[in-house]
Amino acid sequence: MEDFWGLAVQLLHVWMFVVFFLIMLPAMFGLSLGVTGVYIQVLVHILEWATLRIQRGRQQQPSVPVPLPNGIIEHAGGSMEEEMGRLRSGSLAEGKFCLSDVFYFYKKGVESIVDDQVTQRFSSEELNSWNLLTRTNQNFRYISLRLTVIWGLGVFVRYSVLFPLRITLATIGLSWLVIGTILVGFLPESSVKNWLSELVHLTCYRICARGLSATIVYHNRENKPQKGGICVANHTTPIDVVILSNDGCYAMVGQIHGGLMGVLQRSMVRACPHVWFERSEMKDRHAVASRLRAHVAAKTKLPILIFPEGTCVNNTSVMMFKKGSFEIGGTIYPVTIKYDARFGDAFWNSSKYNMVSYLLRMMTSWAIVVNVWYLPPMTRQDGEDAAQFANRVKSAIAHQGGLLDLAWDGGLKRGKVKDSFKEEQQKQYSSIITVGNII
Amino acid sequence: AVGPKGIFRVIERSEQWSVGELEPEDFGAIRELSMNPIGDRIISAFFSPGKETVDFASFVRILAHFHPTETSRSRDGVQPEPANSRTRKLKFAFQLYDQDRDGKISREELLQVLRTMLEMQVTEEQLQSIAERAIQEADLDQDDAISFDEFRKVRGVDLIRDQIDNWEY
Repeated sequence: MEDFWGLAVQLLHVWMFVVFFLIMLPAMFGLSLGVTGVYIQVLVHILEWATLRIQRGRQQQPSVPVPLPNGIIEHAGGSMEEEMGRLRSGSLAEGKFCLSDVFYFYKKGVESIVDDQVTQRFSSEELNSWNLLTRTNQNFRYISLRLTVIWGLGVFVRYSVLFPLRITLATIGLSWLVIGTILVGFLPESSVKNWLSELVHLTCYRICARGLSATIVYHNRENKPQKGGICVANHTTPIDVVILSNDGCYAMVGQIHGGLMGVLQRSMVRACPHVWFERSEMKDRHAVASRLRAHVAAKTKLPILIFPEGTCVNNTSVMMFKKGSFEIGGTIYPVTIKYDARFGDAFWNSSKYNMVSYLLRMMTSWAIVVNVWYLPPMTRQDGEDAAQFANRVKSAIAHQGGLLDLAWDGGLKRGKVKDSFKEEQQKQYSSIITVGNII
Repeated sequence: AVGPKGIFRVIERSEQWSVGELEPEDFGAIRELSMNPIGDRIISAFFSPGKETVDFASFVRILAHFHPTETSRSRDGVQPEPANSRTRKLKFAFQLYDQDRDGKISREELLQVLRTMLEMQVTEEQLQSIAERAIQEADLDQDDAISFDEFRKVRGVDLIRDQIDNWEY
């Protein structure tokens, strides 16, 4: 029995040694031993091999349907005019009502019951090829023994080797963040305090990133957000915060939560001026705006980090940006975050998973591979109102990341459509059938 | 096409809306449908007259109307019409107009559909004249209403008949 304990203690020592020297120390200095890099390379090779096997298997089993990139309906595409023109086959007089016009709306209506553009964005992206994780398994048919063996090995490695490592790192990272920021909070306001607070934040976020096996590539770092500016990014998961904070310090904006999150938030705000709101304050848009404005006006404060979509979207598209963040003034620094879905699905589907199960899923994926692009700063131009400015920024972000630029409001996840949309459709139709003003 | 994967998706979506039976309000979760002028009519097409809920099996059966039409016939010769034949699709559209299911589109029913498609974009007089002309053109037996057979022969609808085969979901 005592031998067992002796052995266990020794193993624990080795474990802590590995964790400390090989992971934490380098994290503090922003260095990397390159282990994750090698791991990703190996993974890519395995996944490519798996893809080939599955494709070969598909050819032999033609009943397996091939996934379409944007939902399950093959659209011919086109505006209302084009599609109606096609339905009318061009042989009917323009500008006349016909009993067959109803077919256009009827077809569109039924299509939207089967699959629509908005609901799609709130479930995880479907992969072109299975990536050996059961959770992304939409269409699995047994293809070959080798594939199944590799999958089994993958499960073993992920759950018994990677997962404990990641949990350790995440716990260390978060507790150090709390302790570190509390300690720094005791210092008087000075440049030393700011420097120390930055160091603490950066180190702990880097450790957390290792805790998710995150590989982040930053592009165009010369456009990094400066003090006194507002950083704006597309939102896929709460982990976005960790990803961005690995490269710089931001002032976060958000609601104060209870529990563990609350402890974290309260300690962080001692060390550096984040902007946390009480729940009641969040409803008052003017109070929120004025606090943010004051923060931005003091040009020495850290750039504010805002996610204007207001909700998590599945990283295939960018939804409507709420214009509130764009009314504050100051320079906007847009950032695009794109996750590589082959290694793990980063989207947080809050209706399906709560925070804890989401994090557990993250920690048992292969890895998180992210590309972050810093876009050149933008300011509101004369004659442009906040909504137009917001759309301009949104297009830039979507374009950079290869995401679909949708005009739909992310809030539709929970709410209803405004009547003005229906009126739009009616307007379009009436202009088709009243061509030449003769009815 | 709605193969196994499509059904999986449909199940997932109806789970998003409610458990067990679907109600008309559940379809409100589909934003593009709320925006469609005849959205309400399409929704009510899924519910039998008088019933307020539809169970999953009936829902899928109705959706099956929209599976691409099989163009090949079996060698048996006489067969009951498959659910996804063109006629069924046309009949579905006909019933969008004919809400009281009496087999004819009356002037009033036509006006109602026109109203939902155009609402505030045209005046009442304009609506009346559109409806008048449409009935005059389609009504072959002069009974001031459009039956299903007259509907099929309307120029435009007969052209759609050929395209309907290719509607893929």
